Amino acid sequence: MTTANSEAVLPAQGIEAPRSGRIDPKYLRRSSSTSGSFEMAAWLFMRVSGAALVVLIFVHLWVNLMVGDGIHQIDFAFVAGKWANPVWQFWDLTMLWLAMLHGTNGMRTIINDYAEKDSTRMWLKSILFLSATVIIVLGTMVIFTFEPCLMNEAGELMERAPSFCQSAVQ
Amino acid sequence: MTQTKGTLYKGREGMWSWVGHRITGVGIFFFLLVHVLDTSLVRVSPEAYDAVIGAYKNPIMILGEIGLVGAIVFHAFNGIRVILVDFWKQGTRYHKQMLWIVLALWFVTMAAFTVRHLMLFLDGWGGF
Repeated sequence: MTTANSEAVLPAQGIEAPRSGRIDPKYLRRSSSTSGSFEMAAWLFMRVSGAALVVLIFVHLWVNLMVGDGIHQIDFAFVAGKWANPVWQFWDLTMLWLAMLHGTNGMRTIINDYAEKDSTRMWLKSILFLSATVIIVLGTMVIFTFEPCLMNEAGELMERAPSFCQSAVQ
Repeated sequence: MTQTKGTLYKGREGMWSWVGHRITGVGIFFFLLVHVLDTSLVRVSPEAYDAVIGAYKNPIMILGEIGLVGAIVFHAFNGIRVILVDFWKQGTRYHKQMLWIVLALWFVTMAAFTVRHLMLFLDGWGGF
């Protein structure tokens, strides 16, 4: 910030247009600022994950609600049928992680905006991060440990098991 | 001059789209927490999952689902608008026009979704 901005004479001549290069040195980004680079990464993540989530969620809504029997088709067998396919496991896992991180970062921004007391902000964000972690871990474990063909104590297939379990058991 | 207010942002398109984005975002976030929990019941038992997911299949919840999808579709389309404002050279110049496009697309999408969702619901509904 020596030669390039030596002509910056704000605010005497008013505010320069963005990207004019005539920026007052006190507004220049410093490489040592780590919180600045975190906020920059968070800003970029919101755009990238947001674009991905539009596709992930629209397809999720289409497949679950708009085709077949719509809302009435959703039951244990329907979920089991989808997660028998690794593509849908990966789809739901990606959707879970991106949506939770996107939503948690959005809530973090809102808390920072409205909670003025340091301790209030700290408490709200602690609760937020704790619940987000619990939900992400729980959801991930459910997708990976899901067992579609449940047996009862007698070793028989349970009543609501999806139809493809019949052939898997025999 | 038709403009009488002395501000570019407050009370205008930019501010209201931001308010809408926040409110829908918070609503979707809390639904997401509930939705991961209800889906997790597949690890408890098929009966538990079917009982709880059955709660989504009554007329009041159907209206709630239309509201939820309305929030998601607005947040999605307005989010694309935000990306264009940030990354497209002409984004800031056309941000208002893009908001009207967002609202028009939202209306068309929601009309189609509402009709389809209600028809599918009525088809398989056993009554109260």
